[in-house]
Amino acid sequence: MSRRLTLALALALLSLLPLSQPAAAQAVARDEEIVAGLSQSRVSITANFDGSEILIYGAVKRETPVPEGRLDVIITVEGPSSPVVVRRKDRVAGIWINHAAVMVDSAPSFYSVVTTRPLSEILSHTENLRQGITIDRVIRAVGIASEAEGSDAFVTALERVRGQEGRYRLMEGKVQLTDATLFRADVALPANLTEGGYKVRIFLLRDGRVVAQQERLIGVRKEGLERAVFNMAQDQPLIYGLLSLVLAAFAGWAASAVFRFIRA
Amino acid sequence: MQLYLPIAEVSVDAFLLLGIGGVVGFLSGMFGVGGGFLITPLLFFIGVPPAVAVATGANQVVASSVSGVLAQIKRKAVDFRMGTVLLVGGMIGSGAGIWVFALMKRLGQVDLFVQLSYVLFLGLIGAMMLQESLRALLRAGKPGAVIRRGHTHNWVHGLPLKMKFRASGLYISVIPPLLVGALTGFLAAIMGVGGGFVMVPAMIYLLGMPTKVVVGTSLFQIIFVSAFTTVMHAVTSQTVDMMLALLLILGGVIGAQIGARVGVRLRAEQLRVLLSLLVLAVSLRIAADLLLRPDELYSVASGALP
Repeated sequence: MSRRLTLALALALLSLLPLSQPAAAQAVARDEEIVAGLSQSRVSITANFDGSEILIYGAVKRETPVPEGRLDVIITVEGPSSPVVVRRKDRVAGIWINHAAVMVDSAPSFYSVVTTRPLSEILSHTENLRQGITIDRVIRAVGIASEAEGSDAFVTALERVRGQEGRYRLMEGKVQLTDATLFRADVALPANLTEGGYKVRIFLLRDGRVVAQQERLIGVRKEGLERAVFNMAQDQPLIYGLLSLVLAAFAGWAASAVFRFIRA
Repeated sequence: MQLYLPIAEVSVDAFLLLGIGGVVGFLSGMFGVGGGFLITPLLFFIGVPPAVAVATGANQVVASSVSGVLAQIKRKAVDFRMGTVLLVGGMIGSGAGIWVFALMKRLGQVDLFVQLSYVLFLGLIGAMMLQESLRALLRAGKPGAVIRRGHTHNWVHGLPLKMKFRASGLYISVIPPLLVGALTGFLAAIMGVGGGFVMVPAMIYLLGMPTKVVVGTSLFQIIFVSAFTTVMHAVTSQTVDMMLALLLILGGVIGAQIGARVGVRLRAEQLRVLLSLLVLAVSLRIAADLLLRPDELYSVASGALP
Protein backbone atom coordinates (compact mmCIF):
# COMPACT_ATOMS: atom_id res chain seq x y z
CA MET A 1 0.00 0.00 0.00
CA SER A 2 2.74 2.43 1.00
CA ARG A 3 4.60 1.56 -2.19
CA ARG A 4 1.66 2.60 -4.30
CA LEU A 5 1.41 5.80 -2.32
CA THR A 6 5.05 6.72 -2.85
CA LEU A 7 4.71 5.88 -6.52
CA ALA A 8 1.76 8.21 -6.87
CA LEU A 9 3.68 10.88 -5.00
CA ALA A 10 6.69 10.44 -7.24
CA LEU A 11 4.53 10.69 -10.33
CA ALA A 12 2.92 13.85 -9.03
CA LEU A 13 6.31 15.40 -8.33
CA LEU A 14 7.60 14.30 -11.71
CA SER A 15 4.76 16.02 -13.53
CA LEU A 16 5.73 19.28 -11.84
CA LEU A 17 9.25 19.12 -13.20
CA PRO A 18 9.86 21.03 -16.40
CA LEU A 19 12.20 18.24 -17.58
CA SER A 20 9.32 15.86 -18.22
CA GLN A 21 7.69 18.28 -20.64
CA PRO A 22 9.38 17.09 -23.88
CA ALA A 23 8.58 13.45 -23.12
CA ALA A 24 4.95 14.26 -22.53
CA ALA A 25 4.79 16.30 -25.72
CA GLN A 26 6.20 13.40 -27.68
CA ALA A 27 3.62 11.01 -26.29
CA VAL A 28 0.82 13.33 -27.29
CA ALA A 29 2.22 13.55 -30.80
CA ARG A 30 1.65 9.81 -31.23
CA ASP A 31 -1.58 8.65 -32.73
CA GLU A 32 -2.06 5.59 -30.59
CA GLU A 33 -0.95 4.69 -27.10
CA ILE A 34 -1.19 1.57 -24.99
CA VAL A 35 -2.88 1.52 -21.63
CA ALA A 36 -2.11 -1.87 -20.14
CA GLY A 37 -2.45 -3.80 -16.92
CA LEU A 38 -1.38 -7.15 -15.49
CA SER A 39 -3.50 -9.43 -13.34
CA GLN A 40 -0.55 -9.63 -10.98
CA SER A 41 2.81 -7.91 -10.93
CA ARG A 42 4.29 -10.32 -8.39
CA VAL A 43 4.52 -14.10 -8.47
CA SER A 44 5.38 -15.83 -5.20
CA ILE A 45 6.94 -19.26 -5.40
CA THR A 46 5.68 -21.09 -2.34
CA ALA A 47 5.79 -24.80 -1.51
CA ASN A 48 2.62 -25.59 -3.46
CA PHE A 49 3.57 -23.46 -6.47
CA ASP A 50 2.51 -25.22 -9.64
CA GLY A 51 2.89 -22.59 -12.31
CA SER A 52 0.90 -19.41 -12.61
CA GLU A 53 -1.28 -17.75 -15.19
CA ILE A 54 -0.85 -14.06 -15.88
CA LEU A 55 -3.57 -12.08 -17.58
CA ILE A 56 -2.26 -9.18 -19.63
CA TYR A 57 -4.97 -6.76 -20.70
CA GLY A 58 -5.29 -3.25 -21.99
CA ALA A 59 -6.71 -0.78 -24.43
CA VAL A 60 -5.52 1.45 -27.24
CA LYS A 61 -5.88 5.12 -26.40
CA ARG A 62 -6.43 7.48 -29.33
CA GLU A 63 -6.83 11.26 -29.63
CA THR A 64 -7.44 11.09 -33.36
CA PRO A 65 -9.69 8.94 -35.60
CA VAL A 66 -8.64 5.30 -36.11
CA PRO A 67 -5.85 5.23 -38.72
CA GLU A 68 -5.90 3.06 -41.85
CA GLY A 69 -4.72 -0.53 -41.81
CA ARG A 70 -5.36 -3.47 -39.58
CA LEU A 71 -4.17 -3.23 -35.99
CA ASP A 72 -2.30 -6.12 -34.41
CA VAL A 73 -0.88 -6.81 -30.98
CA ILE A 74 2.20 -8.77 -29.98
CA ILE A 75 2.97 -9.51 -26.33
CA THR A 76 6.27 -10.97 -25.18
CA VAL A 77 7.18 -12.19 -21.70
CA GLU A 78 10.87 -12.64 -21.03
CA GLY A 79 12.45 -14.31 -17.98
CA PRO A 80 15.93 -13.55 -16.61
CA SER A 81 18.76 -14.40 -18.99
CA SER A 82 21.98 -16.27 -18.34
CA PRO A 83 24.81 -17.73 -20.39
CA VAL A 84 24.22 -21.34 -21.44
CA VAL A 85 26.34 -24.13 -22.84
CA VAL A 86 24.86 -26.23 -25.63
CA ARG A 87 26.49 -29.62 -26.09
CA ARG A 88 26.14 -32.08 -28.91
CA LYS A 89 26.60 -35.83 -28.53
CA ASP A 90 28.70 -37.59 -31.14
CA ARG A 91 29.54 -41.20 -31.59
CA VAL A 92 33.13 -41.78 -30.53
CA ALA A 93 34.48 -45.33 -30.47
CA GLY A 94 30.97 -46.75 -30.50
CA ILE A 95 29.51 -44.73 -27.63
CA TRP A 96 27.59 -41.48 -27.61
CA ILE A 97 29.42 -38.82 -25.66
CA ASN A 98 29.23 -35.05 -25.31
CA HIS A 99 31.65 -33.96 -27.95
CA ALA A 100 31.21 -30.48 -29.37
CA ALA A 101 30.01 -27.59 -27.20
CA VAL A 102 29.32 -23.93 -27.82
CA MET A 103 28.60 -21.16 -25.40
CA VAL A 104 25.68 -18.83 -25.93
CA ASP A 105 26.32 -15.48 -24.24
CA SER A 106 22.80 -14.93 -23.06
CA ALA A 107 19.56 -16.86 -23.38
CA PRO A 108 16.36 -16.12 -21.46
CA SER A 109 15.18 -18.78 -19.02
CA PHE A 110 11.64 -18.20 -20.25
CA TYR A 111 10.28 -16.56 -23.37
CA SER A 112 6.75 -16.42 -24.60
CA VAL A 113 5.37 -14.61 -27.64
CA VAL A 114 1.61 -14.13 -27.97
CA THR A 115 0.12 -12.53 -31.06
CA THR A 116 -3.21 -11.70 -32.66
CA ARG A 117 -2.31 -13.32 -36.00
CA PRO A 118 0.60 -15.36 -37.45
CA LEU A 119 3.85 -13.46 -36.95
CA SER A 120 4.85 -13.63 -40.61
CA GLU A 121 1.73 -11.65 -41.54
CA ILE A 122 1.99 -8.90 -38.96
CA LEU A 123 5.70 -8.31 -38.30
CA SER A 124 8.23 -7.18 -40.91
CA HIS A 125 11.75 -8.54 -40.83
CA THR A 126 13.37 -5.17 -40.25
CA GLU A 127 11.02 -4.34 -37.42
CA ASN A 128 11.79 -7.68 -35.80
CA LEU A 129 15.52 -6.92 -36.08
CA ARG A 130 14.99 -3.53 -34.47
CA GLN A 131 12.71 -4.60 -31.63
CA GLY A 132 14.01 -8.14 -31.06
CA ILE A 133 10.66 -9.89 -30.85
CA THR A 134 11.12 -13.49 -31.98
CA ILE A 135 13.19 -15.83 -29.80
CA ASP A 136 16.11 -16.04 -32.24
CA ARG A 137 16.48 -12.27 -31.90
CA VAL A 138 16.47 -12.46 -28.11
CA ILE A 139 19.16 -15.14 -27.76
CA ARG A 140 22.51 -13.42 -27.92
CA ALA A 141 25.16 -15.58 -29.53
CA VAL A 142 27.90 -13.19 -30.54
CA GLY A 143 31.07 -14.81 -31.89
CA ILE A 144 29.49 -18.24 -31.76
CA ALA A 145 30.59 -19.06 -35.31
CA SER A 146 34.23 -19.21 -34.24
CA GLU A 147 33.57 -21.90 -31.61
CA ALA A 148 32.32 -24.82 -33.66
CA GLU A 149 31.30 -25.73 -37.15
CA GLY A 150 27.62 -25.40 -37.93
CA SER A 151 27.06 -23.30 -34.82
CA ASP A 152 23.63 -22.23 -36.08
CA ALA A 153 22.51 -25.79 -35.44
CA PHE A 154 23.40 -25.32 -31.76
CA VAL A 155 21.24 -22.22 -31.43
CA THR A 156 18.37 -23.97 -33.22
CA ALA A 157 18.84 -26.91 -30.84
CA LEU A 158 18.71 -24.54 -27.85
CA GLU A 159 15.37 -23.18 -29.10
CA ARG A 160 14.08 -26.70 -29.70
CA VAL A 161 15.18 -28.13 -26.33
CA ARG A 162 13.80 -25.20 -24.35
CA GLY A 163 10.66 -25.29 -26.47
CA GLN A 164 10.09 -28.90 -25.46
CA GLU A 165 10.58 -27.95 -21.82
CA GLY A 166 7.81 -25.38 -22.23
CA ARG A 167 10.23 -22.52 -21.67
CA TYR A 168 10.02 -21.01 -25.14
CA ARG A 169 6.62 -20.64 -26.66
CA LEU A 170 5.04 -18.95 -29.62
CA MET A 171 1.27 -18.62 -29.44
CA GLU A 172 -0.13 -17.10 -32.61
CA GLY A 173 -3.69 -15.87 -32.57
CA LYS A 174 -3.98 -16.02 -28.80
CA VAL A 175 -4.31 -12.29 -28.18
CA GLN A 176 -7.98 -11.32 -28.25
CA LEU A 177 -8.48 -7.95 -29.85
CA THR A 178 -11.91 -6.33 -29.70
CA ASP A 179 -12.89 -3.42 -31.97
CA ALA A 180 -9.21 -2.63 -32.57
CA THR A 181 -9.19 -1.19 -29.05
CA LEU A 182 -9.38 -3.72 -26.25
CA PHE A 183 -6.95 -6.61 -26.01
CA ARG A 184 -6.24 -9.41 -23.58
CA ALA A 185 -3.98 -12.47 -23.43
CA ASP A 186 -3.20 -15.21 -20.94
CA VAL A 187 0.41 -16.28 -20.43
CA ALA A 188 1.05 -19.44 -18.44
CA LEU A 189 4.23 -19.39 -16.38
CA PRO A 190 5.50 -22.95 -15.88
CA ALA A 191 6.29 -24.57 -12.53
CA ASN A 192 10.05 -24.61 -13.15
CA LEU A 193 10.36 -20.83 -12.94
CA THR A 194 13.63 -19.05 -12.33
CA GLU A 195 13.60 -16.22 -9.82
CA GLY A 196 13.93 -12.68 -11.10
CA GLY A 197 12.23 -9.96 -13.09
CA TYR A 198 10.03 -11.02 -15.99
CA LYS A 199 9.79 -8.33 -18.65
CA VAL A 200 6.45 -7.96 -20.39
CA ARG A 201 6.48 -6.03 -23.68
CA ILE A 202 3.35 -5.06 -25.55
CA PHE A 203 3.61 -3.94 -29.16
CA LEU A 204 0.94 -2.38 -31.37
CA LEU A 205 1.55 -3.01 -35.05
CA ARG A 206 0.23 -1.67 -38.32
CA ASP A 207 1.50 -2.82 -41.74
CA GLY A 208 4.32 -4.79 -40.16
CA ARG A 209 5.60 -1.76 -38.20
CA VAL A 210 5.49 -1.12 -34.49
CA VAL A 211 3.40 1.99 -33.84
CA ALA A 212 3.39 1.89 -30.06
CA GLN A 213 4.92 -0.17 -27.30
CA GLN A 214 4.95 -0.50 -23.55
CA GLU A 215 6.91 -2.42 -20.94
CA ARG A 216 5.88 -3.90 -17.62
CA LEU A 217 7.69 -6.01 -15.07
CA ILE A 218 6.58 -9.07 -13.12
CA GLY A 219 8.66 -9.96 -10.07
CA VAL A 220 9.06 -13.68 -9.43
CA ARG A 221 10.40 -14.60 -5.99
CA LYS A 222 10.57 -17.56 -3.65
CA GLU A 223 8.57 -16.94 -0.48
CA GLY A 224 8.07 -18.47 2.93
CA LEU A 225 9.64 -21.86 3.57
CA GLU A 226 11.12 -21.98 0.06
CA ARG A 227 12.88 -18.67 0.69
CA ALA A 228 14.17 -19.78 4.11
CA VAL A 229 15.58 -23.09 2.88
CA PHE A 230 17.17 -21.49 -0.18
CA ASN A 231 18.76 -18.67 1.82
CA MET A 232 20.14 -21.00 4.43
CA ALA A 233 21.68 -23.30 1.81
CA GLN A 234 23.38 -20.27 0.28
CA ASP A 235 24.42 -18.38 3.41
CA GLN A 236 25.19 -21.17 5.90
CA PRO A 237 26.18 -24.15 3.76
CA LEU A 238 27.99 -26.07 6.50
CA ILE A 239 25.21 -25.68 9.05
CA TYR A 240 22.69 -26.52 6.33
CA GLY A 241 24.60 -29.67 5.40
CA LEU A 242 24.89 -30.79 9.03
CA LEU A 243 21.22 -30.03 9.63
CA SER A 244 20.32 -32.21 6.63
CA LEU A 245 22.32 -35.01 8.24
CA VAL A 246 20.65 -34.59 11.62
CA LEU A 247 17.29 -34.66 9.89
CA ALA A 248 18.23 -37.83 8.01
CA ALA A 249 19.63 -39.59 11.07
CA PHE A 250 16.60 -38.62 13.17
CA ALA A 251 14.17 -39.85 10.52
CA GLY A 252 16.08 -43.13 10.30
CA TRP A 253 16.00 -43.61 14.06
CA ALA A 254 12.34 -42.58 14.34
CA ALA A 255 11.24 -45.07 11.70
CA SER A 256 13.16 -47.81 13.46
CA ALA A 257 11.62 -46.87 16.81
CA VAL A 258 8.11 -46.69 15.39
CA PHE A 259 8.41 -50.11 13.80
CA ARG A 260 9.77 -51.60 17.00
CA PHE A 261 6.79 -50.13 18.84
CA ILE A 262 4.37 -51.59 16.27
CA ARG A 263 5.90 -55.05 16.58
CA ALA A 264 6.04 -54.97 20.37
CA MET B 1 0.02 -33.02 -4.71
CA GLN B 2 2.56 -30.84 -6.47
CA LEU B 3 5.44 -29.51 -4.41
CA TYR B 4 7.97 -26.89 -5.44
CA LEU B 5 11.54 -27.84 -4.47
CA PRO B 6 13.54 -24.78 -3.36
CA ILE B 7 17.00 -25.91 -4.48
CA ALA B 8 16.15 -28.12 -7.44
CA GLU B 9 13.74 -25.37 -8.62
CA VAL B 10 11.24 -27.78 -10.11
CA SER B 11 7.73 -28.72 -9.10
CA VAL B 12 7.15 -32.44 -8.63
CA ASP B 13 4.46 -34.71 -7.21
CA ALA B 14 5.07 -35.24 -3.49
CA PHE B 15 3.59 -38.75 -3.55
CA LEU B 16 5.84 -39.74 -6.43
CA LEU B 17 8.84 -38.75 -4.30
CA LEU B 18 7.49 -40.70 -1.33
CA GLY B 19 7.06 -43.70 -3.61
CA ILE B 20 10.58 -43.50 -5.02
CA GLY B 21 11.96 -43.18 -1.51
CA GLY B 22 9.89 -46.14 -0.38
CA VAL B 23 10.97 -48.48 -3.17
CA VAL B 24 14.63 -47.59 -2.84
CA GLY B 25 14.43 -47.83 0.95
CA PHE B 26 12.84 -51.26 0.68
CA LEU B 27 15.70 -52.54 -1.48
CA SER B 28 18.18 -50.85 0.80
CA GLY B 29 16.85 -52.58 3.89
CA MET B 30 16.66 -55.91 2.12
CA PHE B 31 20.08 -56.01 0.49
CA GLY B 32 22.17 -53.70 2.63
CA VAL B 33 22.97 -51.41 -0.26
CA GLY B 34 22.53 -47.68 0.22
CA GLY B 35 20.40 -47.40 -2.88
CA GLY B 36 22.28 -44.40 -4.27
CA PHE B 37 22.85 -46.18 -7.55
CA LEU B 38 19.06 -46.39 -7.97
CA ILE B 39 17.83 -43.12 -6.52
CA THR B 40 20.16 -40.88 -8.52
CA PRO B 41 19.04 -42.16 -11.97
CA LEU B 42 15.40 -42.12 -10.82
CA LEU B 43 15.66 -38.47 -9.81
CA PHE B 44 17.22 -37.59 -13.18
CA PHE B 45 14.26 -39.28 -14.77
CA ILE B 46 11.65 -37.10 -13.01
CA GLY B 47 13.51 -33.93 -13.97
CA VAL B 48 15.65 -33.08 -10.94
CA PRO B 49 18.94 -31.51 -12.09
CA PRO B 50 21.82 -34.07 -11.93
CA ALA B 51 23.92 -32.13 -9.40
CA VAL B 52 20.96 -31.86 -6.99
CA ALA B 53 20.02 -35.50 -7.55
CA VAL B 54 23.50 -36.76 -6.66
CA ALA B 55 23.84 -34.61 -3.52
CA THR B 56 20.30 -35.14 -2.23
CA GLY B 57 20.50 -38.85 -3.01
CA ALA B 58 23.49 -39.05 -0.68
CA ASN B 59 21.46 -37.38 2.06
CA GLN B 60 18.62 -39.87 1.62
CA VAL B 61 21.10 -42.75 1.79
CA VAL B 62 22.17 -41.55 5.26
CA ALA B 63 18.62 -41.88 6.57
CA SER B 64 17.84 -45.26 5.07
CA SER B 65 21.20 -46.61 6.24
CA VAL B 66 20.63 -45.41 9.81
CA SER B 67 17.20 -47.01 9.80
CA GLY B 68 18.59 -50.24 8.32
CA VAL B 69 21.56 -50.42 10.71
CA LEU B 70 19.31 -50.03 13.75
CA ALA B 71 17.20 -52.93 12.51
CA GLN B 72 20.37 -55.01 11.99
CA ILE B 73 21.90 -54.12 15.36
CA LYS B 74 18.91 -55.67 17.08
CA ARG B 75 19.69 -58.87 15.23
CA LYS B 76 23.36 -58.51 16.30
CA ALA B 77 24.28 -58.53 12.62
CA VAL B 78 26.72 -55.61 12.63
CA ASP B 79 30.47 -56.18 12.92
CA PHE B 80 31.53 -52.80 14.28
CA ARG B 81 35.19 -53.65 14.26
CA MET B 82 35.12 -54.65 10.61
CA GLY B 83 32.95 -51.60 9.84
CA THR B 84 35.52 -49.28 11.39
CA VAL B 85 38.41 -50.82 9.44
CA LEU B 86 36.40 -50.51 6.24
CA LEU B 87 35.58 -46.91 7.10
CA VAL B 88 39.24 -45.97 7.55
CA GLY B 89 39.94 -47.41 4.10
CA GLY B 90 36.83 -45.67 2.78
CA MET B 91 37.95 -42.22 3.84
CA ILE B 92 41.32 -42.69 2.13
CA GLY B 93 39.63 -43.92 -1.05
CA SER B 94 37.09 -41.12 -0.95
CA GLY B 95 39.82 -38.50 -0.78
CA ALA B 96 41.52 -40.02 -3.82
CA GLY B 97 38.18 -40.23 -5.63
CA ILE B 98 37.39 -36.55 -5.08
CA TRP B 99 40.79 -35.69 -6.53
CA VAL B 100 40.22 -37.81 -9.67
CA PHE B 101 36.70 -36.38 -10.00
CA ALA B 102 38.09 -32.83 -10.03
CA LEU B 103 40.64 -33.89 -12.64
CA MET B 104 37.95 -35.32 -14.94
CA LYS B 105 35.90 -32.18 -14.45
CA ARG B 106 38.80 -30.11 -15.72
CA LEU B 107 39.01 -32.37 -18.77
CA GLY B 108 35.27 -31.84 -19.38
CA GLN B 109 34.30 -35.52 -19.50
CA VAL B 110 32.92 -36.08 -16.03
CA ASP B 111 29.50 -37.30 -17.26
CA LEU B 112 31.02 -39.93 -19.48
CA PHE B 113 33.42 -40.98 -16.75
CA VAL B 114 30.57 -41.44 -14.27
CA GLN B 115 28.45 -43.36 -16.75
CA LEU B 116 31.29 -45.63 -17.78
CA SER B 117 32.09 -46.36 -14.12
CA TYR B 118 28.46 -47.30 -13.55
CA VAL B 119 28.36 -49.66 -16.53
CA LEU B 120 31.73 -51.21 -15.81
CA PHE B 121 31.40 -51.76 -12.07
CA LEU B 122 27.71 -52.56 -11.90
CA GLY B 123 27.99 -54.90 -14.89
CA LEU B 124 31.06 -56.71 -13.62
CA ILE B 125 29.80 -57.14 -10.08
CA GLY B 126 26.26 -58.00 -11.15
CA ALA B 127 27.46 -60.72 -13.53
CA MET B 128 29.86 -62.20 -10.98
CA MET B 129 27.24 -62.28 -8.26
CA LEU B 130 24.56 -63.72 -10.49
CA GLN B 131 26.81 -66.54 -11.66
CA GLU B 132 27.94 -67.44 -8.15
CA SER B 133 24.57 -67.17 -6.45
CA LEU B 134 22.77 -69.17 -9.15
CA ARG B 135 25.30 -71.94 -8.73
CA ALA B 136 24.81 -71.84 -4.97
CA LEU B 137 21.05 -71.89 -5.39
CA LEU B 138 21.18 -74.93 -7.69
CA ARG B 139 23.54 -76.75 -5.38
CA ALA B 140 21.32 -76.06 -2.37
CA GLY B 141 18.32 -77.44 -4.25
CA LYS B 142 19.93 -80.83 -4.87
CA PRO B 143 19.44 -83.53 -2.24
CA GLY B 144 22.62 -84.53 -0.46
CA ALA B 145 24.41 -81.42 -1.64
CA VAL B 146 27.78 -80.49 -0.26
CA ILE B 147 27.42 -78.09 2.65
CA ARG B 148 29.05 -74.77 1.84
CA ARG B 149 31.95 -73.91 4.09
CA GLY B 150 31.88 -70.60 5.92
CA HIS B 151 34.96 -69.48 4.10
CA THR B 152 37.86 -70.96 2.25
CA HIS B 153 41.51 -70.34 2.96
CA ASN B 154 43.13 -68.46 0.11
CA TRP B 155 45.90 -65.88 -0.38
CA VAL B 156 43.94 -63.38 1.69
CA HIS B 157 44.69 -65.36 4.81
CA GLY B 158 48.44 -65.33 4.29
CA LEU B 159 48.83 -61.56 4.82
CA PRO B 160 50.33 -59.96 7.95
CA LEU B 161 48.65 -57.61 10.51
CA LYS B 162 46.00 -60.12 11.50
CA MET B 163 43.04 -59.03 13.55
CA LYS B 164 40.15 -60.86 15.16
CA PHE B 165 36.66 -59.98 13.91
CA ARG B 166 34.47 -61.86 16.36
CA ALA B 167 31.06 -60.93 14.93
CA SER B 168 32.17 -62.19 11.52
CA GLY B 169 33.98 -65.18 12.94
CA LEU B 170 37.15 -64.20 11.07
CA TYR B 171 40.80 -63.92 11.94
CA ILE B 172 42.34 -62.17 8.94
CA SER B 173 44.77 -59.42 8.02
CA VAL B 174 43.41 -55.84 8.06
CA ILE B 175 44.91 -55.16 4.62
CA PRO B 176 42.08 -56.70 2.51
CA PRO B 177 39.28 -54.87 4.39
CA LEU B 178 41.24 -51.62 4.13
CA LEU B 179 41.59 -52.10 0.37
CA VAL B 180 37.91 -53.00 -0.02
CA GLY B 181 36.99 -49.89 1.98
CA ALA B 182 39.31 -47.72 -0.12
CA LEU B 183 37.86 -49.06 -3.38
CA THR B 184 34.27 -48.38 -2.29
CA GLY B 185 35.19 -44.94 -0.96
CA PHE B 186 36.81 -44.16 -4.29
CA LEU B 187 33.75 -45.27 -6.24
CA ALA B 188 31.44 -43.43 -3.85
CA ALA B 189 33.18 -40.14 -4.55
CA ILE B 190 33.18 -40.67 -8.31
CA MET B 191 29.70 -42.09 -8.76
CA GLY B 192 27.92 -40.25 -5.97
CA VAL B 193 26.79 -43.47 -4.32
CA GLY B 194 27.40 -45.16 -0.97
CA GLY B 195 29.20 -48.07 -2.60
CA GLY B 196 27.18 -50.84 -0.98
CA PHE B 197 26.80 -52.74 -4.23
CA VAL B 198 30.58 -53.09 -4.41
CA MET B 199 31.02 -53.64 -0.70
CA VAL B 200 28.49 -56.42 -0.21
CA PRO B 201 29.92 -58.86 -2.79
CA ALA B 202 33.50 -57.95 -1.81
CA MET B 203 32.76 -58.80 1.82
CA ILE B 204 31.19 -62.12 0.90
CA TYR B 205 33.61 -63.33 -1.74
CA LEU B 206 36.85 -61.58 -0.92
CA LEU B 207 36.79 -61.41 2.86
CA GLY B 208 34.66 -64.51 3.36
CA MET B 209 32.31 -62.83 5.81
CA PRO B 210 29.04 -64.60 6.60
CA THR B 211 26.11 -63.09 4.66
CA LYS B 212 24.26 -62.55 7.93
CA VAL B 213 26.61 -59.78 9.13
CA VAL B 214 27.47 -58.37 5.70
CA VAL B 215 24.31 -56.29 5.30
CA GLY B 216 24.51 -54.56 8.67
CA THR B 217 28.24 -53.92 8.47
CA SER B 218 27.96 -52.50 4.97
CA LEU B 219 25.16 -50.16 6.03
CA PHE B 220 27.16 -49.06 9.08
CA GLN B 221 30.04 -47.96 6.87
CA ILE B 222 27.73 -46.39 4.27
CA ILE B 223 26.22 -44.03 6.87
CA PHE B 224 29.55 -42.31 7.33
CA VAL B 225 30.64 -42.25 3.70
CA SER B 226 27.33 -40.76 2.52
CA ALA B 227 27.23 -38.29 5.43
CA PHE B 228 30.67 -37.07 4.38
CA THR B 229 29.51 -36.78 0.75
CA THR B 230 26.36 -34.85 1.72
CA VAL B 231 28.24 -32.23 3.71
CA MET B 232 30.86 -31.89 0.96
CA HIS B 233 28.16 -31.23 -1.64
CA ALA B 234 26.27 -28.83 0.63
CA VAL B 235 29.40 -26.78 1.24
CA THR B 236 30.98 -26.82 -2.21
CA SER B 237 27.99 -26.55 -4.52
CA GLN B 238 24.84 -25.90 -2.38
CA THR B 239 23.03 -28.71 -4.18
CA VAL B 240 21.43 -30.55 -1.25
CA ASP B 241 17.67 -30.00 -1.42
CA MET B 242 16.32 -30.47 2.09
CA MET B 243 12.69 -30.53 0.98
CA LEU B 244 13.39 -33.21 -1.62
CA ALA B 245 15.51 -35.17 0.87
CA LEU B 246 12.79 -35.04 3.52
CA LEU B 247 10.20 -36.65 1.24
CA LEU B 248 12.60 -39.28 -0.05
CA ILE B 249 13.65 -40.00 3.53
CA LEU B 250 10.09 -40.31 4.77
CA GLY B 251 9.34 -42.92 2.12
CA GLY B 252 12.80 -44.45 2.46
CA VAL B 253 12.89 -45.10 6.22
CA ILE B 254 9.56 -46.88 6.10
CA GLY B 255 10.64 -48.88 3.07
CA ALA B 256 13.91 -49.81 4.74
CA GLN B 257 12.14 -51.22 7.80
CA ILE B 258 9.86 -53.36 5.69
CA GLY B 259 12.76 -54.40 3.47
CA ALA B 260 14.86 -55.52 6.43
CA ARG B 261 12.04 -57.77 7.62
CA VAL B 262 11.37 -59.27 4.20
CA GLY B 263 15.11 -59.84 3.79
CA VAL B 264 15.20 -62.03 6.90
CA ARG B 265 12.62 -64.38 5.41
CA LEU B 266 14.48 -64.88 2.13
CA ARG B 267 17.39 -67.29 1.81
CA ALA B 268 20.83 -65.75 1.38
CA GLU B 269 21.22 -67.21 -2.13
CA GLN B 270 17.85 -65.88 -3.26
CA LEU B 271 18.75 -62.47 -1.87
CA ARG B 272 21.97 -62.44 -3.84
CA VAL B 273 20.28 -63.51 -7.09
CA LEU B 274 17.78 -60.68 -6.75
CA LEU B 275 20.42 -58.09 -5.93
CA SER B 276 22.61 -59.19 -8.83
CA LEU B 277 19.67 -58.97 -11.26
CA LEU B 278 18.89 -55.47 -10.01
CA VAL B 279 22.48 -54.35 -10.37
CA LEU B 280 22.68 -55.84 -13.89
CA ALA B 281 19.45 -54.14 -14.93
CA VAL B 282 20.72 -50.70 -13.91
CA SER B 283 24.02 -51.36 -15.65
CA LEU B 284 22.31 -52.41 -18.90
CA ARG B 285 20.05 -49.39 -18.78
CA ILE B 286 23.01 -47.01 -18.57
CA ALA B 287 24.91 -48.99 -21.22
CA ALA B 288 21.92 -48.62 -23.56
CA ASP B 289 22.06 -44.84 -23.09
CA LEU B 290 25.67 -44.83 -24.17
CA LEU B 291 25.29 -47.21 -27.12
CA LEU B 292 21.97 -46.25 -28.69
CA ARG B 293 21.59 -43.07 -30.69
CA PRO B 294 19.85 -40.56 -28.40
CA ASP B 295 16.61 -38.92 -29.59
CA GLU B 296 17.95 -35.49 -28.81
CA LEU B 297 21.64 -35.06 -29.58
CA TYR B 298 21.84 -31.64 -28.00
CA SER B 299 21.70 -30.72 -24.35
CA VAL B 300 21.46 -27.33 -22.69
CA ALA B 301 23.09 -26.38 -19.40
CA SER B 302 23.07 -23.03 -17.66
CA GLY B 303 26.42 -21.48 -16.92
CA ALA B 304 29.60 -20.69 -18.79
CA LEU B 305 32.09 -23.10 -20.31
CA PRO B 306 35.01 -23.71 -17.94
